Amino acid sequence: MTEHLVLRVVAKLLLPLILLFSLYVQFHGDFGPGGGFQAGVIFAAGFILYALIFGVRQGRRVLPGWLTHSLVAVGLLIYAGTGLATMALGGNFLDYNVLAHDPAHGQELGIMLIEFGVGITVSNAMIIIIYMFAGRGEHDGEPDRE
Amino acid sequence: MLGGLYSFVSAGLFVVMNAVDVAFTEAAVGAGISTVLMLSTLALTSRRSRRSFRTRALPLLVVFITGATLIYGTLDMPYYGSPAAPANHHVAPRYLRESVPRTGVPNVVTSVLASYRGYDTLGETTVVFTAVVGVMVLLGVRRRRPNRPRDGEDGA
Amino acid sequence: MSTFLGLYNYWIAVLLMMGGFYVVIAEGNLVKKVVGLNIFQTSVFILYISMGKVHGATAPIIAAGYHRYTNPLPSVLILTAIVVGVATTAVGSALVVRIYEAYGTMEEDEIHVQDKSL
Repeated sequence: MTEHLVLRVVAKLLLPLILLFSLYVQFHGDFGPGGGFQAGVIFAAGFILYALIFGVRQGRRVLPGWLTHSLVAVGLLIYAGTGLATMALGGNFLDYNVLAHDPAHGQELGIMLIEFGVGITVSNAMIIIIYMFAGRGEHDGEPDRE
Repeated sequence: MLGGLYSFVSAGLFVVMNAVDVAFTEAAVGAGISTVLMLSTLALTSRRSRRSFRTRALPLLVVFITGATLIYGTLDMPYYGSPAAPANHHVAPRYLRESVPRTGVPNVVTSVLASYRGYDTLGETTVVFTAVVGVMVLLGVRRRRPNRPRDGEDGA
Repeated sequence: MSTFLGLYNYWIAVLLMMGGFYVVIAEGNLVKKVVGLNIFQTSVFILYISMGKVHGATAPIIAAGYHRYTNPLPSVLILTAIVVGVATTAVGSALVVRIYEAYGTMEEDEIHVQDKSL
């Protein structure tokens, strides 16, 4: 357990900061630079750091394959679902004005929802890509059963 | 490694051009994810590349002609940073003006991305999803080729 | 001279673009082609973002006290383009990996030879 000790310690210190930062960027996308895409890639980069240092098998234990595969679809469904919800509430597709009691709040709610969906999809997409590439070279890794 | 540096430098350029959201994304993507991607591709394939002996004259010619045509095309374009550029006059001022009253979101890039052009963003997210499915289809099936020499294989 | 000062951003982007283009068409190694494609992509981003810049303006986040903002539209386009670019590079790299596994080589000429001999 003492190999790459410095890397492990530094990664353990940095990782919560990175993930927290990605959440900050996600939800403060309205007021500063940020939003779904940025938050998604930062989250994925943090997780890839973990997987690089502690091994992809360990990473797979934290975020199993079935979870990332489902989440990447769930994010997209949240996005499309918001659009359908606005249609159900009487507006056009993705017309956020109808989502709350007044248009400005509706817009904020709609934007937050879809950015969340985008963030989930993008982060899991990057993580899946890395899993796929890493899993290809392994000889004793667990095969993907999805 | 050079790829990571290159992405970092271009992220710096983006900041200089005041496009902070893009700089953000490029820095995270380029310096982090792209580099890992390239490294894993190299690890999965050969690290050596054969020096090719074909002539380089034709590609150089094509590149020069294309480059010259493109530069000729840029001679009519608005100068760098000019506020009178046509790109800055049609929809952009309207978005800048109306973003806060109508959507309550000061970050105009986010409001355009998510609200004014939300439909496009849905399409782009679908493209990312489809690309990931493509990668899963290509690389997710484990095939063992017993007659290919690979490092560390124990003849399973 | 003022033309150069006014247009140098486009020319830098074109230069990078041609560099990437050259790598794609002249290199035989498939991985290098993918890298060239990446360079090409980044140069296009630089081109678009530089078109949006306005002198003396700040980032397009509405704040009190600022009157001039850079054009947000190119940023929006390029933002998604970057992430989509990574995803498509991943697909391209996955294809390259599969080709390597199928043909045993990364060089384009050898792949053609193997194809012709089928």
